[in-house]
Amino acid sequence: MDWLEELKAAFAQEFAQAADGAALEQLRVKYLGKNGRITKALAEPGGAASAEALLEIRKELNTLKKAAGAEISVKAEQLRQSAIDAAELQTPRYDTSLPLRLEKGSYAPITLIQREVEAIFESMGFTVEDYAEVTDEYNCFEALNIPPYHPARDMQDTFYLENGQVLKTHTSAAQNTIMRKYGAPLRAVFPGRCFRNEAIDANHDNTFFQMEGMMIDRDISISNLIYFMKIMLSEVFGRPVKVRLRPGFFPFVEPGFELDINCLICGGEGCPSCGHSGWLELCPCGMIHPNVLRHGGIDTEQYTGFAFGLGLTRLAMMKYGIKDIRDLNSGSLKVLAQFV
Amino acid sequence: MLISMNWIKDFVDLEGLDVAALVNQFTLSTAEVEDVYHKGERITGIVTARVVAAENHPNSKKLHLLRVDDGGAVHDVVCGAPNARAGIIVALARLGAQVGDLAIKEVQLAGYPSRGMCCSEAELGISADHTGILEFPENTPLGVDIKEILPVDDVVFEVDNKSLTNRPDLWGHYGIAREFSVLTGRALRALDVFDLTPYENLPAVAIEAEDGGLLYRYTSIQMKNIKRKYSTSKMRIRLFYCGMRGINLLTDLTNYVMLELGQPMHAFDAAKVDRIEVRRFAEAFPFRTLDGAERTIPPEALMICSGGQPVAIAGIMGGEASSIGDDTSSVLLESANFDGVNVRRVSQKLGLRTDASQRYEKTLDPELTATAVGRFAQLLREADPGAEVTTRLTDVYVKRFAPIAFGVEKSYIDRMAGVNVPEEQIERTLRGLGFGLELADGRLQVQVPSWRATKDVSIPADIVEEVMRVYGYDNIEPLTTKSALRPVAPAPQKLLREQVKDCLVERFCLHEAHTYIWYNSVRWKKLGLPAEDGLRLSNAQAAQCSVLRTSILPSLLECTDNNKNTRPDFGLFEVGKIIDGAKPDGAANEREALGIVLFSKTAGEKELYLRLRDIIASLGERLRRVQFTFAAAEPRYPWQHPKNTVSIAGGGQELGFLSLLAARNRQLIDGKAAIAVAQLDMQLFTALAAQPLAYRVPPKFPGINYDLSLLLLPELRYAELEAVLRGAECPYLREITVIDLYDGEKASITLRLAFQSDEKSLTFEEIKQYVDEMLRQLGEKGIYLKA
Repeated sequence: MDWLEELKAAFAQEFAQAADGAALEQLRVKYLGKNGRITKALAEPGGAASAEALLEIRKELNTLKKAAGAEISVKAEQLRQSAIDAAELQTPRYDTSLPLRLEKGSYAPITLIQREVEAIFESMGFTVEDYAEVTDEYNCFEALNIPPYHPARDMQDTFYLENGQVLKTHTSAAQNTIMRKYGAPLRAVFPGRCFRNEAIDANHDNTFFQMEGMMIDRDISISNLIYFMKIMLSEVFGRPVKVRLRPGFFPFVEPGFELDINCLICGGEGCPSCGHSGWLELCPCGMIHPNVLRHGGIDTEQYTGFAFGLGLTRLAMMKYGIKDIRDLNSGSLKVLAQFV
Repeated sequence: MLISMNWIKDFVDLEGLDVAALVNQFTLSTAEVEDVYHKGERITGIVTARVVAAENHPNSKKLHLLRVDDGGAVHDVVCGAPNARAGIIVALARLGAQVGDLAIKEVQLAGYPSRGMCCSEAELGISADHTGILEFPENTPLGVDIKEILPVDDVVFEVDNKSLTNRPDLWGHYGIAREFSVLTGRALRALDVFDLTPYENLPAVAIEAEDGGLLYRYTSIQMKNIKRKYSTSKMRIRLFYCGMRGINLLTDLTNYVMLELGQPMHAFDAAKVDRIEVRRFAEAFPFRTLDGAERTIPPEALMICSGGQPVAIAGIMGGEASSIGDDTSSVLLESANFDGVNVRRVSQKLGLRTDASQRYEKTLDPELTATAVGRFAQLLREADPGAEVTTRLTDVYVKRFAPIAFGVEKSYIDRMAGVNVPEEQIERTLRGLGFGLELADGRLQVQVPSWRATKDVSIPADIVEEVMRVYGYDNIEPLTTKSALRPVAPAPQKLLREQVKDCLVERFCLHEAHTYIWYNSVRWKKLGLPAEDGLRLSNAQAAQCSVLRTSILPSLLECTDNNKNTRPDFGLFEVGKIIDGAKPDGAANEREALGIVLFSKTAGEKELYLRLRDIIASLGERLRRVQFTFAAAEPRYPWQHPKNTVSIAGGGQELGFLSLLAARNRQLIDGKAAIAVAQLDMQLFTALAAQPLAYRVPPKFPGINYDLSLLLLPELRYAELEAVLRGAECPYLREITVIDLYDGEKASITLRLAFQSDEKSLTFEEIKQYVDEMLRQLGEKGIYLKA
């Protein structure tokens, strides 16, 4: 049928020309609307020679109607997407190099270092224990084999309360309580705040943090002590450290040691930081004195143990390069806000 | 303490050994060496020479023109020393010589050439004397390097005194030499001691001692006919290298013996002190010590007296009146041992710590006193052979330390060390250190030498130390343990503390601070924070820091004040200890508290107050799934706001408080800022049981939101409003949200009530009856819908 071919061609041409959503909608109304050309043609198809031919025309018109509808909606959708894409390209490129506007809180430097060291010991089966800041002479001295009149008990070193108690001068004050709580075998670390009646300067504060550790079992030896110290310090500093023990005297250990590590700044060559010796004194330690074990209710025939005291404040200063110890208790946001 | 290697070599042959290695070994096995000084290293090319001619410099009042003969040549030297004169033999630094930092070159001095320098003792570094040039005795050969005559070369090392605290035997060169002998395996020579037994029939020194337990031993001797006034150069150089100075022969000898044996001694002029009484005085009195200072002697001080007159503070310092002078020709010698604790206490009271007192503090071996007297006599006779012993060795030995002997299993040493130590090595070490030793069937029977038996060595663990420090800790292989591993649970309070910190830092962007445990009443007064009445320190560093804090907030407020100009808004917190008075038994009531301070120049007081409330509430919800409640409360501290103070409770337990800062205190920090504070008891918070997570199946049916706008009454709290709404007991009422809040004259609130059923879709009719009931009950309270 000529008119049918003409209709198809007209639609095809107009469809090709429709460039936006509105034109397409017009086209849809013109051909597929209530009075649309295809709709009308379906209602009154003309020029059919027979009933069969009429059927054929209707079939063809229906195909045309479906195809035209589909083409219009596909093209409409394509045009809509293109419009979105085009609009998108109109947005500016935003500058992510602008300064961050994050509000950030911060941890006390001691909290950070303490968590780090605790995690290392926890991974090796040590419990982490709390202890009081106010204690008594028994726990702070007597149970640690520090005799009466020992210089450590002097008023110059120890803060006494009017009720006769003391502010703990070292985390070792917790040893007795912890031994009594757990008995042997035992592995524990106990961080805490300590107090010494010292004049304050860039290297000394009267309030500072330590972390004590103990390990008690059958056959604990100096060899084990060196092993655990090496592991812990290598983890803390994130690289293998060389350690050495020297004799050191502390009443609650026998033998007692000063543990030095290879200077981290010069690597042992000698520099101003280590007094040109290549070594830094880091951690007093030793085999727990039998009197201390006995005070703690531990059978000294069966058990031996080691103990060490780590200066957390000192470690934080070394690790973060804090030059003045007073920064730590200053409460200044210029200091604190850096430790995010 | 300074140790001279030359002196050590008197007792151990260290020939052929590297001194640096020896000193390092000493650090690793005995005590820390802090510094090493190479004496004489920068003194070269200096020879003996005679001043053959001396005339005054024509252009200078002080300078002399010298002609100095070194035996080979005569040198022109311009010299400013007052004692420069013809005839004397001097130390001549010729051209090219090194005198400390000075390289000797030809120079012009006031128009005359000088080709060398005559040196003073100070310039040579062998004493502090720079009053004139050094003079050698008349018979000294010329042209000899002065190092062949004077022991200028020496290696001196400084041992950290603290590391010798428990080693009274190491406070003299002989004890240190014993260590070197063991460390090197070379023999320790016996000390040359004058034999005093031939004088046993001479009269004794009159010594009387009170029975107070403070005198352990007093050993004395008197010597007369002493002519020599000054000690030898060798002795003076050693004293100087070890930090003392030459004074006169008798004083130098006491110092020398002290540096050699560790035994302090005192030399009295026997013309002034011929008898000894050792006693205390009932009352304090003034006394002039030989350093010229007038001191008040406390009653606990033990005094040495003669004829009732105090002549020395026992173990600390002698008196000026009885000291050795130019005319002294006889000496009464004290070599004594006193109670170390008392010496330390008195020396602290006097503020006078001397070489003697710091040795006595260490509890010296009382056996030493007699040896020291014999050594003194030996050295005095060597220096002045005419000196005569005029009394017998007189010895009052009050307190002897019991000999110490015990058994040690060799297996114990191995077990403690973690290595198998060869028996032969144990034996060599202990014998070398002076221990008596029997070794049989893996068991050691040790006898502790007297110099280690006053407090140092008494148990098998001490023997482990002796053996292993010489074995070398570096030679022990580090090994892990065979101990069983057990799971460890974190302590609940510790866990909560860390969670609280995380929440405050990560979620609310607060800053964790650390502050001191005591009040600072002076600084806090400026902020209007009065000192609390709490437990006190009896020896605070400053009076204003004596009270232990009962609240953690004042110190955080001080931090707030210090930070107020750094940024407009911030929050600080601390988890720390407070001492909330005393418990019934008098012990400190130590609590762990969380303190938070919010500061804002941009938010209003109400906003900040509620923000802090939200922070506190979220701790309860997040860490225990408990809804904290906030109820009006009376302020405990004057710095809390009188109206805007509430208690914080959870699980029916009061946990702390939340407040705005009182206006007066706020004015003192920043009148334009808002400041809110809160304190929580961490122990009570820890004890609060965590609630289980209550899961609710998500609703399948649509719910209905119903908004109510209500006119508010003054002073009406939202909680009361909500209680009324909930009081209508509508089974479908789930959430109530505040949509709008108007605070003005006609205060109003818009609430959104969310109704929801798990069984069905709700209809408006179903909830209408409940809403009507709510409105009725609200009406009873005088609360009506906004028109």
